[in-house]
Amino acid sequence: MSRNLILGAMLSSLVVLAALVSFVWTPFDYTAMNIPGKLQTPNATHWLGTDHFGRDMFSMIMVGARTSIAVALVAVGIGMGLGVPLGLAAAARKGSWLDELIMRGNDLVFAFPSLVIAILITAVFGAGAINAIIAIGIFNIPVFARITRGAALSLWEREFIMAARVAGKSATRISFEHILPNVLNLLIVQGTIQFSLGILAEAALSYVGLGAQPPTPSWGRMLADSQTMVSFAPHLALIPGCAIIVTVLGLNLMGDGLRDWLDPRLRVARA
Amino acid sequence: MLRYSLKRLLSLVISLAVASLVIFFVIEVAPGDPASFMLGINAQPDTVAALRSELGLDQSKVERYLSWVGGMLQGDFGTSYTYRSPVSTMVADRLWVSLPLAIYALALSTLIAFPAGIYAAARRGKAGDMAVMGATQLGVAVPNFWFAMMLVLIFAINLRWFGAGGFPGWDKGVWAGIHALTLPAIALALPQAAILARVMRSALLDILGEDFMRTARAKGLSRRQALWRHGVRNALIPVLTIIGLQFSFLLAGSIIIEQVFYLPGLGRLVFQAISSRDLIVVESVVMLLVFAVITVNFLVDLAYAAVDPRLRSRT
Repeated sequence: MSRNLILGAMLSSLVVLAALVSFVWTPFDYTAMNIPGKLQTPNATHWLGTDHFGRDMFSMIMVGARTSIAVALVAVGIGMGLGVPLGLAAAARKGSWLDELIMRGNDLVFAFPSLVIAILITAVFGAGAINAIIAIGIFNIPVFARITRGAALSLWEREFIMAARVAGKSATRISFEHILPNVLNLLIVQGTIQFSLGILAEAALSYVGLGAQPPTPSWGRMLADSQTMVSFAPHLALIPGCAIIVTVLGLNLMGDGLRDWLDPRLRVARA
Repeated sequence: MLRYSLKRLLSLVISLAVASLVIFFVIEVAPGDPASFMLGINAQPDTVAALRSELGLDQSKVERYLSWVGGMLQGDFGTSYTYRSPVSTMVADRLWVSLPLAIYALALSTLIAFPAGIYAAARRGKAGDMAVMGATQLGVAVPNFWFAMMLVLIFAINLRWFGAGGFPGWDKGVWAGIHALTLPAIALALPQAAILARVMRSALLDILGEDFMRTARAKGLSRRQALWRHGVRNALIPVLTIIGLQFSFLLAGSIIIEQVFYLPGLGRLVFQAISSRDLIVVESVVMLLVFAVITVNFLVDLAYAAVDPRLRSRT
């Protein structure tokens, strides 16, 4: 295992742990306002200080991790859940109208600037975490469809698939029993990368007010709130920003590390 | 080359047609009627009906789609529901901020990424490479709007080198305009430069392993000469693709960055239109952005088919 993988996994699990612990414990109630104690810089009681309503930043960051992870996780789930079967189907019927349709549809979604369409979707159907998930999720579908199809196509040429066909298995069964387990590594690596992109997209959407709505804390939302106060309370902007960077950095390092670890051929090439 | 161009042109037209249908459909199913929204909840039904027919909302969906697309082809983007002015002039005004910003950022991103990527590839595995790769890891992880806020904090609020936001307009002089767009362009460019530098490095590393590089060295070129004459040139093809793709990120990113710097660009226009449910503006601006992205990708495809004949036979 590389240093990247270990460091990435440590950073990512730190964030996931914070999100999980926030369900049972946060230092303070993240909604509790305390106007006299507002805008405190980090200190012994409030480890990361307080915001303009006197809410505890540490607690808000913990609960915000929950929002970010939930949105990104479900968005990756949508992408995998729909993209992987589409990719498998396209590869199983290579060159057919189905393959052609799936790939052209993919090209089309890739041609759209994802953030613009996410803005369109959330603008039309209303701001909120659910619509943000759908908007981000849609753009994960072609990513997973393409990567699955590419890997599956080369697998279909192999002897063990031929053996399964001779044994009389249907294309669907072969796809799920033999192809899918063999592309799983690739999907895990891509999933990690899409997860980190999802965190960034959620932050951007929440920043412009189209993501999670108050009082649900979200890192993007906290940054938007901090903008007018950045000159006299920079910690309000620094802390959620660092939370996003640590999460995304951790996931990216983990993705890179996993790729090297799961594919030994790359170890030499990338060294 | 001509056959390839025509084939790509056909797929460009199809993409644009499908994109326009998708956008029109999404706006169509949007809840709420623009006419009743504009007149408020106390409006008389006949007033609403009159406004609906004035806005063309009483026509059938097919008619409205065709008149929207037909209008856009002639440069008529419809009339804003709230401002009652042509969307095309509103968009044109804003484009003079967003487009220069995206181009400025693209130039900065390329200027940073090329030297960084080439340097890292040339020093593969050494300290310089490690430093560049570490920096790019960080660059990819930083949300650009947060980076923009930090730039404002440091260079506008503390050092006072730049204004914290706003745009003076190009009539105040080109220099004033560029000055106002500098921080936003840096904020947009750095994360993209991180991606581009990584692509440049890995493309160059692939090339460095090729036989013709060894031949170049064998015929007496120095490492540096071989790198520039044969390496960098060949690495440009994958890099060009990414630059084309980045244009779409930059346009989309500028929408967010404009919010940070209060720039009167397309992004602010879209968000104002969203909050006043001025859907015709949203529809047209989104279509315009999609058009820009699809067209740029088309041009990049053509450009490298012209550069590399091998690509023409593919796809």
